Amino acid sequence: MSETSQPVAAAPVSPARAKLLRFLVRDAGVLLALVLITLFFSLTAPYFATSGNALKIFVQIAINTVLAAGMTFVILTGGIDLSVGSVLALCTVVGATVMIDESLSPAVAITLALLACMATGAVCGFLNGWISTRWKIPSFIVTLGMLNMAAGAARVVSDNSTITGLPQSFVDFGNLIIGGFLPSIFLVAVLVIAAGWFVLRFTVFGRMIFAVGTNDEAVRLSGHNPDFYKVAAFTISGLTAGIAAMVYLLRLNIGSPIAGVGYELNAIAAVIIGGTSLSGGKGSIIGTLVGACILQVLSTGLQLLGVGDNFKPIVIGLVIVLAVILDAYRERLLRRIR
Amino acid sequence: MDAILSLEGVGKIFPGAVALSDVSLSIARGETHIILGENGAGKSTLIKLLAGIYQPDSGSIAFNGQPYQPKTPHDAQLSGIRIVHQELNLLPYLSIAENLMLENLPRRAFGIVDGKALNSRAVALLKEVGLDIDPRTRVEALGVAQMQLVEIAKALSYDSKLLVLDEPTATLTPPEIERLFSIIKRLKARGVTIIYISHRLHEVFEIGDRVTVLRNGRLVSTRDLQGLTVPDLVRMMIGRDIADEYGFDASIMQGEVALRVTNLKRDAATPAISFNVRHGEILGVAGLVGSGRTEAMRALFGADPKLDGLVEIGGKPVAIAAPKDAVRHGLSLLTEDRKGQGLLLDMPVDKNITITDLGKVSRNGLIRRRAEAAAANDLVGQLRVKAGSIEQAVRNLSGGNQQKVVLAKWLFRGTSTLILDEPTRGVDIGARREIYQLLWMLAAAQKGIIMVSSDLPELMGMCHRIIVFSRNKIVGEVPRAAFDQEHILSLAYQEYVRP
Repeated sequence: MSETSQPVAAAPVSPARAKLLRFLVRDAGVLLALVLITLFFSLTAPYFATSGNALKIFVQIAINTVLAAGMTFVILTGGIDLSVGSVLALCTVVGATVMIDESLSPAVAITLALLACMATGAVCGFLNGWISTRWKIPSFIVTLGMLNMAAGAARVVSDNSTITGLPQSFVDFGNLIIGGFLPSIFLVAVLVIAAGWFVLRFTVFGRMIFAVGTNDEAVRLSGHNPDFYKVAAFTISGLTAGIAAMVYLLRLNIGSPIAGVGYELNAIAAVIIGGTSLSGGKGSIIGTLVGACILQVLSTGLQLLGVGDNFKPIVIGLVIVLAVILDAYRERLLRRIR
Repeated sequence: MDAILSLEGVGKIFPGAVALSDVSLSIARGETHIILGENGAGKSTLIKLLAGIYQPDSGSIAFNGQPYQPKTPHDAQLSGIRIVHQELNLLPYLSIAENLMLENLPRRAFGIVDGKALNSRAVALLKEVGLDIDPRTRVEALGVAQMQLVEIAKALSYDSKLLVLDEPTATLTPPEIERLFSIIKRLKARGVTIIYISHRLHEVFEIGDRVTVLRNGRLVSTRDLQGLTVPDLVRMMIGRDIADEYGFDASIMQGEVALRVTNLKRDAATPAISFNVRHGEILGVAGLVGSGRTEAMRALFGADPKLDGLVEIGGKPVAIAAPKDAVRHGLSLLTEDRKGQGLLLDMPVDKNITITDLGKVSRNGLIRRRAEAAAANDLVGQLRVKAGSIEQAVRNLSGGNQQKVVLAKWLFRGTSTLILDEPTRGVDIGARREIYQLLWMLAAAQKGIIMVSSDLPELMGMCHRIIVFSRNKIVGEVPRAAFDQEHILSLAYQEYVRP
């Protein structure tokens, strides 16, 4: 229909007001939810509003935040990456194996481990993207395959055992709390989010990620190669899985082939709660950070309230579904504003 | 008058805009009522009220003497009002028969679909609309015109009292339109009331009894069509006269060949085609829907694979394997599917425009927002795109303004030859004229322009030369001096007529 929404175009809301409304509806909504949930638990759950608990939450969201940052890129292009959990496991055993090599000095070993983690993750991510674009297979399937392959590879590399004995300096850095309020691993997560935010918001590459997710055929016919950006998004997701593996090593000090089980679903949940649309093209990485916070605050808060481990997942599951329902409403509202 | 449908002071308000205001209208039982109006005049809103998609904010509607307040499209169907939307709502992977009777599949015991009854009823329905196709055919295998007829047959399967056709001819070729009209006349003879919405003014006289013109959400007037002329209708629609729709500019000088295509073969089964367009020339491409016009243009542009063929731009052979090669060499393609392939619907105007060449508004990979906004504002002004601001999502623009945004994105890139596939489809008269003017401006700037269209008067009004496709072949080339509607049509049919 040629004039479906013409009435809105005929007399639009003034640009400045539209901008404000858009901000409130799209970006501030999740933040407000986080504030309300935090407030709720602060008033009801014992020990929730303590600095110790806040620190604990910061530490606990680090891994998921890093994974979800990369996942945001993939979901923005309209894909999904189910493999990040087991890619993380593979990276932890690769990283740990490199790090405990006694022929290397700790500094060199740690640097090499970081590079190895990132390279391993990036290669897995690249394969995900390349296979799904080259043969036009839904990324759901390809990354499901990678989930299994990476999990198997992790067992092979580690000989099915947990790797311990990381350098003391590395372990110390993982326990470091900068200035008494900023855990080092949370800092890593924030840096990853900041980098992602910068790329998505200010660069040509970021613009193309959004455009590909909005309509890849239009992007192709405009003279670009959408597959390049899709592969890049998966590579970034693999890369962040590698970084998340380093965060895992910093926090738990072991490389484990059975690490990361189910992590991909938490990452996806954070992205979705953060307001990124599963169909691509819409969303923000700041939202993802907030989404990760909401998940952890809920989890911790419910625990402190004494909600049992059996009931906790039910509540969290409900919240995820609720977030998507709200998202649908938000879309409708946004369309009226724009 | 025995009114089947009457609207009393109907109004509909959207946030920030009045879509319909105080519309009172009666549709007589058994008449074919034309509704005209530019984009944004309120036609679609009116249809959506009837379809149960929107509910009126004021006024009342009565159908068959009863208050009519559908809450959902299903309510509307139950009441006997059936809408054939411009964008067809068929399920491509089901058979024609299944589509026809989807809401009421004939069943045997245990809910098993009765295939025999299904197909025999489908055959009867298809016969009513003059379609001679196996009802077991999957809908995806049909052409647009055939799908349209299936939609109408579907509407008939529910014993509809009132049939609303929303721009049914937008994608049809003249012979297909003729067939549609004879079906409409037959339905009318059977006593079906029809509301017919169209952009094409010439055609409404053939089938319409009365006409209602909407402008800016208000009803301008309802008149008998008899005695009215096209200029009358135009005046009612836009409130002023339009002298010559096309504005052919004979003063433009033609230069060297801008694009030459030699022996382009899409695949082993299709014949090789050759054509060229000069700088400053508008080349028309005529042919029935499905005659290979669009496919040839897409293959040339690298949008679809091609087997063989030489493409020369400015006299130099170029290799085009993907759209990015074509774009790099100065080709632009405005696709027939504007929303699906041309635009980033949920992204704002400026980002749609700059997507073709972000390098122009960035430095070291960083987008310079200010330069981007300046460039977009510049083009929006130049093309007179009516948008609240460049930050408005293109989804919310009218068809004509969306098309201008597509043109703007190619102008932003800078182009030597433009291929336009149905550039005025779903675009109202006012915007259509602006697009024509723009094309003349581009021709004057020595661009080569290829215009594919199903609207033959449009091609004859705009083009220096027309090439005609028939069954994937170029069967003729007609210079402007020899333009003749019948001749071009007979060429278009040439390969389909069995000797």
